[in-house]
Amino acid sequence: MDLVIRDAIDLRPEQRSARPAPGNVYGALLNFRDALAALGEAATQPPYKAPPRAPVLFIKPRNALAAHGARIVVPRGVAALRMGGTLGVVIGRVACRVREADALAYVAGYTLANDVSVPHDSYFRPAVRHTCRDGFCPVGPRIVARESVRDPDDLTIDVAVDGVSQQRASTRDLVRPVGRLIADVTEFMTLVPGDVLLVGVAANAPLARAGQRVTVSIEGVGSLENALVAEAVA
Amino acid sequence: MRRARVAYAGAIHEAYPDVAGVRLADGRVVGEDKVVWLPPVEAGTIVALGLNYADHAKELSFAKQDEPLVFLKGPGSLIGHNGQTRRPKDATFMHYECELAVVIGATARNVNRAEANAVIAGYTVANDYAIRDYLENYYRPNLRVKNRDTCTVLGPWLVDAGDVEDAANLTLRTYVNGVKTQEGNTRDLVFGIPYLVEYLTSFMTLDRGDVILTGTPEGVVNVDVGDEVVTEIEGIGRLVNTIAGDAVFGL
Repeated sequence: MDLVIRDAIDLRPEQRSARPAPGNVYGALLNFRDALAALGEAATQPPYKAPPRAPVLFIKPRNALAAHGARIVVPRGVAALRMGGTLGVVIGRVACRVREADALAYVAGYTLANDVSVPHDSYFRPAVRHTCRDGFCPVGPRIVARESVRDPDDLTIDVAVDGVSQQRASTRDLVRPVGRLIADVTEFMTLVPGDVLLVGVAANAPLARAGQRVTVSIEGVGSLENALVAEAVA
Repeated sequence: MRRARVAYAGAIHEAYPDVAGVRLADGRVVGEDKVVWLPPVEAGTIVALGLNYADHAKELSFAKQDEPLVFLKGPGSLIGHNGQTRRPKDATFMHYECELAVVIGATARNVNRAEANAVIAGYTVANDYAIRDYLENYYRPNLRVKNRDTCTVLGPWLVDAGDVEDAANLTLRTYVNGVKTQEGNTRDLVFGIPYLVEYLTSFMTLDRGDVILTGTPEGVVNVDVGDEVVTEIEGIGRLVNTIAGDAVFGL
């Protein structure tokens, strides 16, 4: 069944019974021009050998999904985590081989996500151990209806640590704007209602340490806030 | 015990082997070809291993790894026994991968390898297709190669772990149109199942319904439209799949 959102759906823990996101969470890597540019010459050298052609995609598994307000655990031996503030596109209709021009009609709404990772340098192998730890993908605090966002390709994503803005990125700078990303992803994998597609993280994503709190905000979509805590000693 | 999920007469059923086909939970016995075979589990997270047989890694010219090569797959790529897998017309090298699939049965975090069996519900057969034309060196193997619609075949049966005497000594074979093209044994896994459970649960919680695809041995060859691909694991099952062209998918 289609996912139709009127106004907004609340994803905060007290408002929901099951899971932090309404479906599976997929995301694009290197989808901000500055993030791709930061690879520089390395993109043409081993192990990459050539710049990416198709979208570079990843999966945030269900153990990684977390709600607004959930604590992000900094693993023992890790000084700080990378905060990947991003826009989440929530799919509303079964989307298989969708054309770019039609793609936004398949969107139910928008939310925020924090694509958290243990800092790492290589994009050669899927960085599952760095990016898929429990709680490493807060989503929320709500999904706003598609109609309430005038243009998903003109949103400013702000990432603040302890209330101080550390990164501002505009979705104007996406390598693949939202519609094109949906088209290129659904060319080979069907997205279903509730699935969330993260549009990517800009260069220089800030670090945060245990004891700090991180807020990902987009005007009109909301503010997603989570505190970082140190992993308990076993 | 072995069980399947099948669609029959307007509903989805758990089903069991029967001399006359399959027996549904409600008692009906139906011919194997009269049901639609679904993946035997409604999969949660699907974790897959690359280069986890020494011979296959060598076949693809990779050096020995010090950490498992892990990638994730979405449940949308799954199909069941007797299904159709699409081969896009621009593909020049599409190959099957016969793999032992481990189905997790309990919430598992920080599980020691010695305790790993306690969180395993059972095993099934996977055929994890890859289309090498789409390989890129970013998050390799990338989703366009390994997470395509219809390209992860699972089934037919979920076999209870207690009924598998030694998951570390099972022969895997693939037949393309009746000709054996791949053979290996799970004793040659680079990273064995107990180690994989320990490794994965050291950083992520696995849960009931999560699936680990343990990798494939050497012997992968190109398959074409119309080919029947049978992936078989001793004591676990025989999984049949047919390669279909774009026309079947309206292209």
